[in-house]
Amino acid sequence: MVEERFVQGNEACALGAIAANCRFFAGYPITPSTEIAEQMSILLPKYGGSFVQMEDEIGSAGAIIGASWSGMKAMTATSGPGISLMQENIGYGFITETPIVIINVQRGSPSTGQPTMSAQADMMQVRWGSHGDYEPIALAPSSVQEFFDFTIKAFNLAEEYRVPVTVLADEVVGHMREKLIIPDKVDIVARKRPEKVNGQYLPFDAPEDGTTPMPAFGDGFNIHVTGLTHDERGYPDTNDPDTHNELVERLCNKVLMRRKDICSVKKENCDDADIVIVSCGSPYCSVGAAMKKAREEGIKVGSLKIDTPWPFPEEEIAEIAKTASDIIVPEMNLGQLVHEVERAAHGEANVHLIGKIGGILHKPDEIYDKIKEING
Amino acid sequence: MVEKESPYKKYLREERLPHIFCPGCGNGTVMSTFFKGLEGTDIDFENIAMVSGIGCSSRIPGYAKCDSLHTTHGRALSFATGLKVGNPDLDVVVFTGDGDAASIGGNHLIHAARRNINLTVICINNNIYGMTGGQISPTSPKGSFGTTAPYGSRDKPFNLAELVSAAGASYVARWTTTHPLQLSKAIQKGLENEGFSFIEVVSQCPTYYGRKNKMKTPLQMFEWIKENSINKRRAEKMEESELEGKIIVGEFANKPHAALTDNIKTLAEENSDKPLAIKSAFEELD
Amino acid sequence: MIIIDSKLCKGCDICIATCPKKVYSKSDKVNTKNVYLPFPENEEGCTKCGLCEVSCPDQAIYVEKEVE
Ligand SMILES: Cc1ncc(C[n+]2csc(CCOP(=O)(O)OP(=O)(O)O)c2C)c(N)n1
Ligand code: SF4
Ligand code: SF4
Ligand code: SF4
Ligand SMILES: [Mg+2]
Repeated sequence: MVEERFVQGNEACALGAIAANCRFFAGYPITPSTEIAEQMSILLPKYGGSFVQMEDEIGSAGAIIGASWSGMKAMTATSGPGISLMQENIGYGFITETPIVIINVQRGSPSTGQPTMSAQADMMQVRWGSHGDYEPIALAPSSVQEFFDFTIKAFNLAEEYRVPVTVLADEVVGHMREKLIIPDKVDIVARKRPEKVNGQYLPFDAPEDGTTPMPAFGDGFNIHVTGLTHDERGYPDTNDPDTHNELVERLCNKVLMRRKDICSVKKENCDDADIVIVSCGSPYCSVGAAMKKAREEGIKVGSLKIDTPWPFPEEEIAEIAKTASDIIVPEMNLGQLVHEVERAAHGEANVHLIGKIGGILHKPDEIYDKIKEING
Repeated sequence: MVEKESPYKKYLREERLPHIFCPGCGNGTVMSTFFKGLEGTDIDFENIAMVSGIGCSSRIPGYAKCDSLHTTHGRALSFATGLKVGNPDLDVVVFTGDGDAASIGGNHLIHAARRNINLTVICINNNIYGMTGGQISPTSPKGSFGTTAPYGSRDKPFNLAELVSAAGASYVARWTTTHPLQLSKAIQKGLENEGFSFIEVVSQCPTYYGRKNKMKTPLQMFEWIKENSINKRRAEKMEESELEGKIIVGEFANKPHAALTDNIKTLAEENSDKPLAIKSAFEELD
Repeated sequence: MIIIDSKLCKGCDICIATCPKKVYSKSDKVNTKNVYLPFPENEEGCTKCGLCEVSCPDQAIYVEKEVE
């Protein structure tokens, strides 16, 4: 039965995780994400799941990776300082191809910054925060419903690609209260057990069509998982340049080659638009009103909302840049995603940042004013 | 037919031998004592999952023919916590070093002990950072030399067995590589204990600790460890000054109490009519 | 019967030091891996206690316990 509730974004996230069959949560309290941990500690025992409050975020990231190899869908939730601490283990998640979900409810930064205020401080940290080359997947919700839906989607993508997936929320989305519709049935991707071929199974093999299925520890496959550069058996091979090349390129390509399947954007009024507002996460909340006001005055404004900042929807932005003269990027930082937009636009459209820090979401008029300024 | 090879070799990934450890390194001995200890229990080797951090000692799981997770430096216990809580049916064993467990991983160590999570931790204490080339560690004895203590260490080292006992572990023992039988017995007890078991093994790193501290051969190190070991019962009757620089061996804790996984299971039973969820990732929902 | 696996032995001499019956001696010639292998010179003295087997860091020692 479809259920309707009026809940906070962070609670919707926890409900999404439960719906996705997440039965393990490890975390460490941090504003503005704490309600997710609190909700998981209430919900998990009711579903036969396990909740552990860890000693810190490094431990939380380690614990969910361990839980994933035990065969569980596992998640943690944190904010800026915690995400910074997790980076080494997140990199471990990439090189070992471990499905995990990390919720990052962003707050004012750097450092301890503004614990109770919103920001999009970590748009680049999720892209480049851990050392080395890797291709992350991230989803940015802009409503309570999306926080629920994207959490489920994050689990599905994590399983499908065997990668850590981040939900890049922020304080606004985490704490806003809205109607949430919980469908009676959600599509979830279950992990598939591998099969031994001639008594053999290669846990880090590279099939052409994507990702090798992974077993759970205890399933009898006796596999070795290491953060060192390894061959398809999982055995360390750290001095051969070819082994390293093959591994890291495969890890990147398994996401890049299917970027089209992963990337998701929502376009409105773009066909005839001279100016397109490209937003991601909560700034989208202010886009609609600004666009409407401008349209009423006959200014052709459209909106492109990025659901998946990573992998970055290059083609979609390039396409917009061909038809629009100007792109406006409202961000709750001093300019992070805007660099990607500029890169993807290839100079075909003028890209304007509305960077805002301090913790308060852009008002529709701040976007509208920019539209007017561009329109002359 | 009896295979004419070491009885411990059957547990190893033969294609990876010989292992990378230097001649006479204690890590290999700890490996065999572990298997000997395991043979004393009714635990099936197939059910063992090994976890380790980073360091020479943390390479051990990579040689064992079982599921193994070689993680990041210091964090093995947090990965192991997820693995064990995720599937309490697994017998999870952690191999770690003095630097891995007590320096960078010190916080995870005391908290895992406090939670009394049902893991068996084998900490190979060679009093030095072996893998990075002989730097001082939190257990390096006062006055010992390392590449970052060229004038001799001035700091007071950790007493790991006592530290972990105080933090709440239900089974703690310390032995050395020169006590393989007592060590394997302690490992057996640790595996059987349903709670946090910590077995500290004082071990030789002839390549770095030995060379830096006037013990050129593995044998010299081995003899030094043997001669300096004193049984805990005897040590209890001795003065502190007499025990300076000695290795006290024996059992430091044996006080079973409720383990983390039991508490989580009880909580789930009290709040749900479903069995404790394991392997939820593989479940097809409809 | 005692067998030393020359592919695995690294010549650390721990078996020589460990054996309570002083069964082992060190050979005076290096093998192809530059190792002075130990050999059970005094094999009759062996009580098959297994201490050398479990102490050998390289899983290189086999001590036959009973004849089948
Ligand atoms: C975060 C991080 N810092 C530092 C290192 C470098 N490092 C690798 S092993 C090691 C010390 C290992 O010492 P120990 O745990 O005692 O193991 P041993 O090699 O002596 O067995 C260090 C500092 C690392 N790998 N990761
Ligand atoms: S450096 Fe030391 S600890 Fe590492 S393998 Fe060599 S002897 Fe063992
Ligand atoms: S203990 Fe093992 S490795 Fe060392 S010399 Fe004896 S047989 Fe060789
Ligand atoms: S089995 Fe015992 S007595 Fe025989 S060689 Fe080995 S250590 Fe010596
Ligand atoms: Mg060490």
